[in-house]
Amino acid sequence: MPRLRKAIPGVDPKLLIKDAAKLLPDPTRRLFLRGGASLGALAFLSGCDIIDGPSAEKALMHISYFNDRAQAWLFNPNRLAPTYPESAITRPFPFNAYYPISDVPEVDGEDYALEVGGLVDDKKTWTLKELYALPEETQITRHICVEGWSAIGKWSGVRLSEFLQRVGADTRAKYVWFRCAEGYHTSIDMATALHPQTQMTFKFDGEILPAKYGFPMKVRIPTKLGFKNPKHVMEMAVINNWNPGYWEEQGYNWFSGS
Amino acid sequence: MTIEATRDSVVTEPTGLRSLPKHEPSSAPTIHPVWVRVTHWINAIAMLVMIGSGWEIYNASPLFPITFPRSITLGSWLAGALLWHFAAMWVLAVNGLVYLVLGLLTGRFRRKLLPIRPGEVIADAYAALEGRLAHDDLSVYNAVQKLLYLGVIIAGIVIVASGLSIWKPVQLQELTALFGGYDAARFVHFFAMAAIVGFLVIHVVMAFVVPRSLRAMIIGR
Repeated sequence: MPRLRKAIPGVDPKLLIKDAAKLLPDPTRRLFLRGGASLGALAFLSGCDIIDGPSAEKALMHISYFNDRAQAWLFNPNRLAPTYPESAITRPFPFNAYYPISDVPEVDGEDYALEVGGLVDDKKTWTLKELYALPEETQITRHICVEGWSAIGKWSGVRLSEFLQRVGADTRAKYVWFRCAEGYHTSIDMATALHPQTQMTFKFDGEILPAKYGFPMKVRIPTKLGFKNPKHVMEMAVINNWNPGYWEEQGYNWFSGS
Repeated sequence: MTIEATRDSVVTEPTGLRSLPKHEPSSAPTIHPVWVRVTHWINAIAMLVMIGSGWEIYNASPLFPITFPRSITLGSWLAGALLWHFAAMWVLAVNGLVYLVLGLLTGRFRRKLLPIRPGEVIADAYAALEGRLAHDDLSVYNAVQKLLYLGVIIAGIVIVASGLSIWKPVQLQELTALFGGYDAARFVHFFAMAAIVGFLVIHVVMAFVVPRSLRAMIIGR
């Protein structure tokens, strides 16, 4: 599969790299309370030491876990994300990752074998040919990045709920976890995994998913922010143990629902 | 002194306190009841946290060719700013709701902020610019004050509603549609912030110009 190296019109590659760098976890940036103490707000949020960064950070993380529960409560499993006409598709659709486009992982489609593990009856691996044979659905939905920008795209693939049913997943389990080719990982709640628009995606805009958009498989979740939509997925597992994810471990909210 | 202010003082000031020498006599009635002062200062802290962290979030994907220097933002980077923003939002929303409900139920909004007559606003604005506007009686707002206080309450409602529609554009999609969709809601959210910051600048300057008003918001008189 040829790697796409040419610049995307309208998107400044330098800016994109800058954006990615901005999101990179940096030890100094982990001290995200710096400057906050001066506002005097820590006292009432952490209820204790104003200058004790780690304890305030812990307090903020606890509120973030509370927000996970609030969002799970707010999540309506039957509520569909708005869909759009073809004319609304953002062209070109922006590339976004925590690495520049030149570092997009290249997965060999011939050797690809999706691993399925955890609380499932059938732990066999899946080739692309087998995955492509699954019932296909198409959605035109809005991708919303945690940074704030959004773009409308067209994705095709099989419902994750359909696939989970086929592999005999225990849908009473809490989470579905994904591991990607570049080492990225994330996890989602079971309710979202079973949502009708949560999709194992193999095509973008009617074409086989290009490398920059996550070849060979992306998981498209229009009810969650972009970083909860993993690309280049190599493995998935149905789990009950807490395994939040790459960005989530840097402090991003785990549920991140839209 | 207005009838309303007198009524306030009768209701909120225990008569027994008047005999104590350290307390001022009834010539200093309560201007701001306790609930106004408490919600005001909780709101002040929540607003500062929301604005500071909001600026850092804005920087991740700016709407205009300007960004906010990191020295004046809160959270140091996007994840930290989001943690602050989604923590302080509860304080802002719950406190704001208490303020709105009490303001409506007690009739304070109606008494203090209405009516607003355009002619009076223009006359008072001229007087303020020429330094002729008196602030003798803090319990009665001039027309410019009424307009600004009502305006910032509306901006507060708009910023929470547009914030909810950015946070939950799927679950609360009708609200998001009301603002013209997700991208438009981001602009509304930004302009509501700009309006509140604009108000804040005037508000803080006026507190320095009329220090008695700051005292009234702390001790009530």
